[in-house]
Amino acid sequence: MEDSQPRMIHLVIDGQPVDVNEGATLLDAARQAGKEVPTICYHDHCTANGLCRMCVVEVEGARLLSPACVAQAAEGMTVHTRTARVERSRRTILEMLASSVDLSDAPEIQGLMALYSADAQRFPDASRRSHPVIDDNPMYIRDYSKCVLCWRCVQVCAEDAQYTFALNFSKRGYETSIATFYDKGMMETSCVFCGQCVGVCPTGALKPKRQWLLETGMGAEDVLSQTRSKARRKRRSEHTPGND
Amino acid sequence: MIHPDRITSTTCPYCGVGCNLELHVKDDFIYSVTSPFDAVVNQGNLCVKGRFGYDFIYSPQRVTTPMLRKSLQKPGMRTAAFDLNEWRQVSWDVALDYTADRLVEIYQRDGSDALAVYCCAKATNEDNYLLQKMFRALFRSNNVDHCTRLCHAGSVVALLKSLGSSAMSNTASEVIHSDCFIVTGSNTTENHPIIALQMKAAVRKHGARLIVIDPRRIELCDYATLWLPLKPGTNVAVFAAMAHVIIKEGLVNRDFVAARTFGYEEFARSIEKFTPEYAEMVSGVDRNLIVEAARMYARAERGAIYWGMGISQLSQGTASALGLIHLALLTGHIGRKGTGLNPLRGQNNVQGASDAGAMPFHYPGYMEVDNEANARAWEAAWNVEPGGLSRKRGLTTTEILSHAHPGGVRALYIMGENPMMTEPNLNLTRQHMQELEFLVAQDIFINESGAFADVFLPATSWAEKEGTFTNTDRRVQRVRPAIAPRGESRPDWQIICDLARRIERRLGRPNSAGWDYTSPEQVFREMANTATMLKGVTYARIEKVGLQYPVPDENHPGTPFLFSENFPSGRGRFFTVEYIPVAEPPDDEYPLILTTGRLLEHWHGGSMTRNSLLDELYPEAQLELHEVDAAHFGIQDGSPVRVYSRRGSVVVRARISPKANPGVVFLPMHFAEAAANLLTIDVLDKEAKIPEFKACAVGVQIAQEEELHNPAVRTERGRY
Repeated sequence: MEDSQPRMIHLVIDGQPVDVNEGATLLDAARQAGKEVPTICYHDHCTANGLCRMCVVEVEGARLLSPACVAQAAEGMTVHTRTARVERSRRTILEMLASSVDLSDAPEIQGLMALYSADAQRFPDASRRSHPVIDDNPMYIRDYSKCVLCWRCVQVCAEDAQYTFALNFSKRGYETSIATFYDKGMMETSCVFCGQCVGVCPTGALKPKRQWLLETGMGAEDVLSQTRSKARRKRRSEHTPGND
Repeated sequence: MIHPDRITSTTCPYCGVGCNLELHVKDDFIYSVTSPFDAVVNQGNLCVKGRFGYDFIYSPQRVTTPMLRKSLQKPGMRTAAFDLNEWRQVSWDVALDYTADRLVEIYQRDGSDALAVYCCAKATNEDNYLLQKMFRALFRSNNVDHCTRLCHAGSVVALLKSLGSSAMSNTASEVIHSDCFIVTGSNTTENHPIIALQMKAAVRKHGARLIVIDPRRIELCDYATLWLPLKPGTNVAVFAAMAHVIIKEGLVNRDFVAARTFGYEEFARSIEKFTPEYAEMVSGVDRNLIVEAARMYARAERGAIYWGMGISQLSQGTASALGLIHLALLTGHIGRKGTGLNPLRGQNNVQGASDAGAMPFHYPGYMEVDNEANARAWEAAWNVEPGGLSRKRGLTTTEILSHAHPGGVRALYIMGENPMMTEPNLNLTRQHMQELEFLVAQDIFINESGAFADVFLPATSWAEKEGTFTNTDRRVQRVRPAIAPRGESRPDWQIICDLARRIERRLGRPNSAGWDYTSPEQVFREMANTATMLKGVTYARIEKVGLQYPVPDENHPGTPFLFSENFPSGRGRFFTVEYIPVAEPPDDEYPLILTTGRLLEHWHGGSMTRNSLLDELYPEAQLELHEVDAAHFGIQDGSPVRVYSRRGSVVVRARISPKANPGVVFLPMHFAEAAANLLTIDVLDKEAKIPEFKACAVGVQIAQEEELHNPAVRTERGRY
């Protein structure tokens, strides 16, 4: 809680000297230096986990590429954000994502694909992850065919915002998906329907139900009648307080 | 993918947190709500109401045409009309001329005291300012109030008495700078969800210790170091015992008490008898917990207190809030970042409506009506002849309806409020409503109160109008229209100005008080020029980020926390303490204490949320009770029960809940078909006139499925 003066770290990014506070990540440092580093799973208001590896950069002396969102800046580092190796790595990540996930609702990732000249058809034999749309509550739908497993939804449901813990991972490896505990319907979980998960989803896998229905081509009136409370209330005059 | 036609930045219409919203609109249809992650109030987070609960604006129940009742309503025989067949659709001219005729007729016959108005904590500052101006400048009446009376009146009176200012002293998000904070009488996770996130983060990420003092085991207890489960209405004894411990153990901040307060010696003598043992006997809280809580708060570097209606909604509401103020004054936990006294305001604009003068004792800016200089200032602002404004304090919300009888209040104007759900003892309220000679409802729905009206004036919702809301930490924020007004509905400020011009013509006043505004911004400017705490707030300055008043001039940056140098009253004042039990203790016939409150998914009288998809998440009222009580009365979880008090009864399903304490049951207030306020007691706090919603005696008995309003409706959620 005390504001003690943090130590300064000196490093060089793409030939440009940068001074950052101790504890800053390479992503922070690159941004400070005005260098664009692309991200997918990273979100300014979520804990960074270095999952998607889109933000990798090359640090001189390091054997592997470093994920900028979690790698900490260290004294004397020399960093390159756009080497051929970095670009190939990013392009391959995008091509693998495109081979297995429906990115049609992810304009930011599509933009990166164009920027990195990624070929969506590079892995034509890859099997696509496909899940039926889960429409199990009145507020939002979950379309995990569009999920890139960025973790943001799990994190905001947990300590990054809501402390509700309704979401988690299920299964491993290629089979990994976001799920509720024991795959229960959302109404049976601890979900408070705050929609924080919807708010941070980068690919349209989580969406307000009304938006989802509208996108199917339904008119506003039909969307409303589809998402209106089904609990039939008796005519209000029959239950005016004090009339009983 | 949908590309929105526009994204409108505005402020949430639900609670006092004042979250920033972005409404995504396609073809005049709001299909999604998001929040910017750099929003200072809520950092991109929303609750279920803010993100999904806006659809009431499109409800088929909404009324968007002016209407008059078909049958003439006579005092004493007024009826409720929910059915549109009982109403006649008319033009705005007909509706407003009729309203003006009737109000002026009653005013000219019976005088100022015969008229009263309920302003609206949901409406904007500008709407409220204009409505109180209409009643003060035209009808010369201070019978102007709103639901603040039913919510934090006890807190407001206590804070004004002791410190001279009634708002939250600190910014809500400052809780992460506290190392110890008390939450009492507030189920923050359900009622101020985004502030609760900050509280949870304060505990989990910043190491703060939390003390919960509440009769229910609310969710925040999971994050608390201490939970003091007191019986409803025993706050005064518990807080006084904490003060007793602080004094006896030498934990008083002597410098602060000497420099910033007065009345300490007398106060200290008066709490001599409030030993932890005595408080345990009265409240049921283990004496050791009281001692520990007192030490923890007093020894903190930066201690803060957050409270809700569990403090104020008692016949000892003012005394309860004073108990908390005393703790802050004793320890000096006020006037610094991360400290403070923070009544969490309920409505999105209850702070603003109070600031804008929707109060019987105050002009805008908390200028007392019985002060000559204040009256002169507003006479000048409103072109009223010197001596023209009433110097007499008006009736409060609770008094207005109880004065509805010949010789008392004859005409009532209700903007947006719903007393037939939110007043205590609704059977009595209903009789009062029936006694009115003329009733105007300005709303978006025919709610349980508007059903009694003669005239219905269809207003726009918050998503169709412009103005400002002031949130719980005094931040004035913009409200912007996202969609066009539905049907013939009009923004409240325009309805009021149009009506006021018609009234003014009928009264034949030589000077106009001024009703020809071209925008809400002009209205705000007029208010802020005389209500000086807002003087430096301009629409341009709050275009992106709201300002926290006081903002005395246009270069002032706003005031995140109050009282760093002194209190508006000079020194903070201690008062002597006396513990008076609740008005209606349990007995053999009514053996349980009923406490009422709110749910995450619903809002107050239900006009908004029961006309929303939110109702799907929590469609029925349930009586929350402890398993011991359930066993005693032979009640199963989910079985129908009749809950009865001396004033009424309701049939609901029982829910055996780990939140409940033995002897205390809980009902939410939102459900018209099982209105909790049929049971509550209409006894008032003497000073603040706030009813005792939080404690009355009830009994329960097993009922039949068919006695339920709708047996098919069940709340099936993993969470509850």
